[in-house]
Amino acid sequence: MLVTDRIAGRSVQLMATCLCDAFYDDVARATVEVLEHVGCEVEFPEDQTCCGQPAFNGGDWPASRKVVRHTLKVFEGEKPVIVPSGSCAAMAFHGSPLQFEREPDLDQVKALGKRTWELTDFLVNGLGVDSWTGRYHARIALHHSCHGRGTRTGEAMERLLKTIEGVEVVSFSEPEQCCGFGGTFAVTFPHISKSMGQLKIKNMVSADPDVIVSADMSCLMHQAGLAEREGIDFRVRHIAQVLRNAISDS
Amino acid sequence: MKTQPIDRYAKDLDPEVYASIHQTSNRRVLQREGSLFGDYPHANRLRHWAGELKRHTISHIDKYLEQAVTAMESRGVEVHFASEAESARRQILEILKSHKVDRICKSKSMVTEEIDLRRYLEKHGIETWESDLGEFVVQLDDDHPSHIVTPIIHKNRFQIARTFRDHGLGDYTEDPENLTQQARKFLREKYLSSIGTMTGANFVSAESGRIVVVTNEGNSRFGLAGAKVHIAVVGIEKLVPRDEDLALYLNLLARSSTGQHLTIYTEFIVGPRPENQPEGPENMHVIFIDNGRSETLASDCRDALNCIRCGACLNVCPVFRQASGHAYRHTYPGPIGAVLAPNLVGKEGFAELADLPKASSLCGACNEVCPVDIPIPDLLLRLRNRGKEEGAPGSKIASPPMGAWATLASSPTAWKMALKGGHLMNVIPHGMIPVPALRTWLEDRTLPDWQGGSFRRWLRNRKQK
Ligand code: SF4
Repeated sequence: MLVTDRIAGRSVQLMATCLCDAFYDDVARATVEVLEHVGCEVEFPEDQTCCGQPAFNGGDWPASRKVVRHTLKVFEGEKPVIVPSGSCAAMAFHGSPLQFEREPDLDQVKALGKRTWELTDFLVNGLGVDSWTGRYHARIALHHSCHGRGTRTGEAMERLLKTIEGVEVVSFSEPEQCCGFGGTFAVTFPHISKSMGQLKIKNMVSADPDVIVSADMSCLMHQAGLAEREGIDFRVRHIAQVLRNAISDS
Repeated sequence: MKTQPIDRYAKDLDPEVYASIHQTSNRRVLQREGSLFGDYPHANRLRHWAGELKRHTISHIDKYLEQAVTAMESRGVEVHFASEAESARRQILEILKSHKVDRICKSKSMVTEEIDLRRYLEKHGIETWESDLGEFVVQLDDDHPSHIVTPIIHKNRFQIARTFRDHGLGDYTEDPENLTQQARKFLREKYLSSIGTMTGANFVSAESGRIVVVTNEGNSRFGLAGAKVHIAVVGIEKLVPRDEDLALYLNLLARSSTGQHLTIYTEFIVGPRPENQPEGPENMHVIFIDNGRSETLASDCRDALNCIRCGACLNVCPVFRQASGHAYRHTYPGPIGAVLAPNLVGKEGFAELADLPKASSLCGACNEVCPVDIPIPDLLLRLRNRGKEEGAPGSKIASPPMGAWATLASSPTAWKMALKGGHLMNVIPHGMIPVPALRTWLEDRTLPDWQGGSFRRWLRNRKQK
């Protein structure tokens, strides 16, 4: 039985993120399938590249603004822009406006930010979906990525996961601690980034989860990359993959 | 490859120091959460309110400062202003000399650390004792505090025991109670024989000119009890508009910093001893210190001046925990320090500290716990941009250049080609990868297989079906 409400005729634009474009094609696919499952028509503007965050965080704002201006053109219009990443979504509604504070096109940047959503935030708070369907048998350690702080993403993920049969969300210590990815931070401060990651991995693994789930592939890429080097068994999934796999198992 | 100084410091950090910091800061994070949200389920609203009020105060600082000074002077307080550290030190020395004070006991104050007062006074023949237990240990070790609330967060009791023994305070003991007794006995004699005392101020009410000093050891009170002269050294940003605002800030301060409901001792000091009061200092001096604050006020990092020095952002900061406070090379470490320090040192000093704002994963935990809701990550980002604009070397170290990437990411054709070309990464040996940042990444981590273009292909195939 399908518990999820379908909202028909909703047209959205997908911002797949550069990371999914390059490494995590399945996450982008899952995002499309999840959105279609709730009745959205998904449009993928072919000219999209990146949200501009690497240069923004790195402190090279002129370089970042160049990319953001390109993104503004690519995502013209009124449709909601959905991103399978809390971090890229926050870049659109928080980071970009900050670096455009004294720029003539600030209003356009803010307007794009206003209609940009992280995937689960959109499902729960944009579309009003409050339960999910299907089965997913796993103990899940939920990594709340830092860009979700102060947004509704964490709550939205938990809400949906709770309604999936077989899901058990486990808690672990120091959950508020960052995993140390931080974009360019990971290579500018390699030792600190690695130590933060190892601590995070240790805390999560000690809760004995089957899988680590997050709304951000970037954190998971860093964590999984570290864990693999250390020979730690560490399976990661994006929340979109969990939602998609739950449906296919219903 | 050149590495960032803070990263290097963290790498070389003594594991014992790391353990002390991690343990205490983690405990503080839990205590804060318990006491704040336990008592105020809507504590975040309090934080926003406290932030707004502080922002208002700082924006009208000239008005509130004038009001505070008038109130203070009407009660017989002598008020002085110091635009920078040297002027503050000189004025303080003159005051002490004019009252013939040759020994003082002072309570904990970060602004006196900022102007390196103790070493200066001692050089000029004034015996100066830190009466806060942590600061006392710092003094004996000729060290610097590594945290704004917990100065010796980097030390454990075994190290303290050795210090006390080496300075002849008593027999070696690892019992915290006994150690405290040793310090108490030593300091008590200093208190009783000094006629001068010094405090900072946690808050100053503009309305009444009251200065508020909080301690957990009662040391400021003890100092005040016997002294004839009281000097309060105060950063100009310590103002709040009214006495009644203190309730909000005192409640937030104690919970945010140590998880207490209220600090054990809270002094409200309005002026020197009036005629009808049997005891207390006959002379009270307040030194208002600017030392880079006006310049910060005029910058886009003004919000940093709202800080009430609770230390919560340090405790929760994963970078501070890995690197320790000393890694920041300034009185104010941690997230707020990475904003305050490069600002307080002024234009000339900025380049020297331009690496500090980079020492953050921008995780935002600092903003989340800040009792006055300072958007620390935003301020760090602004400073990174400034570092890049000014070409400060510290901000460049180990930072991947972004120009070529920006060109690629604003040209869809080139981008699509790169997505395809990236498949090379799956086959060439890592050592041959021409991007230094990528090599650094691969030193500690693996990279998933390059799948560039797969998603787009899937999407196209699907449409054709
Ligand atoms: S910035 Fe905020 S959290 Fe950090 S010390 Fe200041 S008041 Fe406390």
